[in-house]
Amino acid sequence: MFGRLISSRLTWIALVLLVVGATLPLYVTGYILGILTLSYYFGVFAMAWDLLFGFAGEVNFGPTFLIGLGAYTAGIINANWGWPMAACVLAGALMAILGGVLLALPALKLRGPYFGLMTLVAVLLLQNFIVIFAGVTGGEIGLTVPDVLFIDDSANYEFALGFMVLSGAILFGLSRSPIGLILQASGQDAVETAALGFNVAKHKLAAFCVSAFFSGTAGALMIFYLGTASVGTVVDIAVGVQVIIAAVLGGRRTILGAAVGAIFLILAGEALRPLGELSTFVVSAVALAVILFFPNGFIGSLLRVGEKS
Amino acid sequence: MLGLQILIDGFAISSLYALGATGFTLMFGVSGVLNLSHGSIMVAAAVAAWVFAGYLGGNPYLGALGGVGFGLIVAYATYFTVVRPIQRSKAIPKEETEIFVLTGTLLWGIMIQEAIAYFYTSNPKTVRPLVPGVVDLLGVRTPLNEIATAVICWAVIGLLWLLVNRTRSGKVLLAASINPRGVTLLGFELSNVYILVWTIYGILAGIAGVLLAMFLGVSSDGVGALTASAFSIVVLGGLGSVSGSLIAAYVVGYMETFTAYLISPAYRTIPVLLLLVLVVYIRPQGLLGRR
Repeated sequence: MFGRLISSRLTWIALVLLVVGATLPLYVTGYILGILTLSYYFGVFAMAWDLLFGFAGEVNFGPTFLIGLGAYTAGIINANWGWPMAACVLAGALMAILGGVLLALPALKLRGPYFGLMTLVAVLLLQNFIVIFAGVTGGEIGLTVPDVLFIDDSANYEFALGFMVLSGAILFGLSRSPIGLILQASGQDAVETAALGFNVAKHKLAAFCVSAFFSGTAGALMIFYLGTASVGTVVDIAVGVQVIIAAVLGGRRTILGAAVGAIFLILAGEALRPLGELSTFVVSAVALAVILFFPNGFIGSLLRVGEKS
Repeated sequence: MLGLQILIDGFAISSLYALGATGFTLMFGVSGVLNLSHGSIMVAAAVAAWVFAGYLGGNPYLGALGGVGFGLIVAYATYFTVVRPIQRSKAIPKEETEIFVLTGTLLWGIMIQEAIAYFYTSNPKTVRPLVPGVVDLLGVRTPLNEIATAVICWAVIGLLWLLVNRTRSGKVLLAASINPRGVTLLGFELSNVYILVWTIYGILAGIAGVLLAMFLGVSSDGVGALTASAFSIVVLGGLGSVSGSLIAAYVVGYMETFTAYLISPAYRTIPVLLLLVLVVYIRPQGLLGRR
């Protein structure tokens, strides 16, 4: 196992990227660091989504339901009761897990498009409730949280990078473990997996909880980085769509690809900012082209080549 | 009076929903495609009608016709550039085609939405109604356009029924929705059936979009909400069941109108979403679904 890890090209590429990423604050401006920080949190969203989609085979159109639950729970507790940040993040993560269980219940009963719609409805309901209970949640204007993670750009950056690497390592390890294999099997043919003696329901439920935990934690951390929670940044369907595009772009069923896709997507959106309103058009067109011509995504295509050689 | 007002407004809205959802569900029934660019195609047709009416000196009939034509073109473009390549791609496993079609049409829809916003801004656009004027209906002042909307919707749905049940190509369509392989074995080219279904879909979505622009106005920002409402109506009625969608459209239309009038317009969509959750939990196949 360890020997294979050393000889694998992927490990070395990841290691080089990690060193470059960690030393980046030494030679780029705070502006770029800020964008990258945001993209790392996005990377965790996308990786958590990939665990559900790529492995458990569940099309979750509402990743922002889990993200938003975590973010808003942490934000509301912090703003109203002034709990310390760590406790708020933990509460957010627990709430997201609760949301994940809530989503998992229909997923065990429903298939494809039906489950997809349920997740979409969950996001719309959450969004409606946030707007209706504007007194507590800040409504459409957003919620200002009193605490922030760090004042310093580099500290924020390193923290986000560390969080993404840690989450990525756990999720990647999980996906390559026997549990990941069982999940993949139950995603492709639930009946046959059950016939082989694996408890499909238990594994899927676990996948939902893990995905919800990382989504919720990342969401909570992100609002403590930004200092505000708003529907437009953590709940809106457009945000969820970006998460999905990122994961598919990077390569589904690879976990790491999702993070690469997310970073690429955020950076591309920023680089294309001079195009104004057309930037979203161009990003969507690129994503569509990748889906049409390289359905395995960036990392997926890379891995396929590696496997053949 | 309020009761009658709700009855009339709800009927017009529901008819429009029914027309919009019919094409969506027909396509799923026949070719298994859930088209998430649905809202974008409707808005594209509506904005095209608005543009044409502007160029043609404000003739609403020509404008509407141009809008529907453009809707058809966009629908064809969706099929030939996004859906068909994905369906035929060898790199995409068969069991994952569905999710790729969903993601692909979603991206395509965003592209259309952004293109509209770029060229014609995302401001709401209203097309001049075909029938201007107001009529007094038992004490409720009703725009004639509202009545015309309901009439046109039902006329189109009626024509569709005739096409599917009374013509040869319509019967092939029906057969393809029941058993695609059987239709192929009988010597019918399945891709011709798909092109026919996209043609019908394009025309229906185009008409629905143009009527919506005359009735409530459209904006490129409303694309997601349009797709979501068609999707929920179709699931509520049962995926692939046209009559189920018609009933569901009225349930949704009236529930929204009731809530908007009696409680608050801000809560308009919530009861429908809750009902949807309930129905999907208790009866996942929808009201009249087969599967």
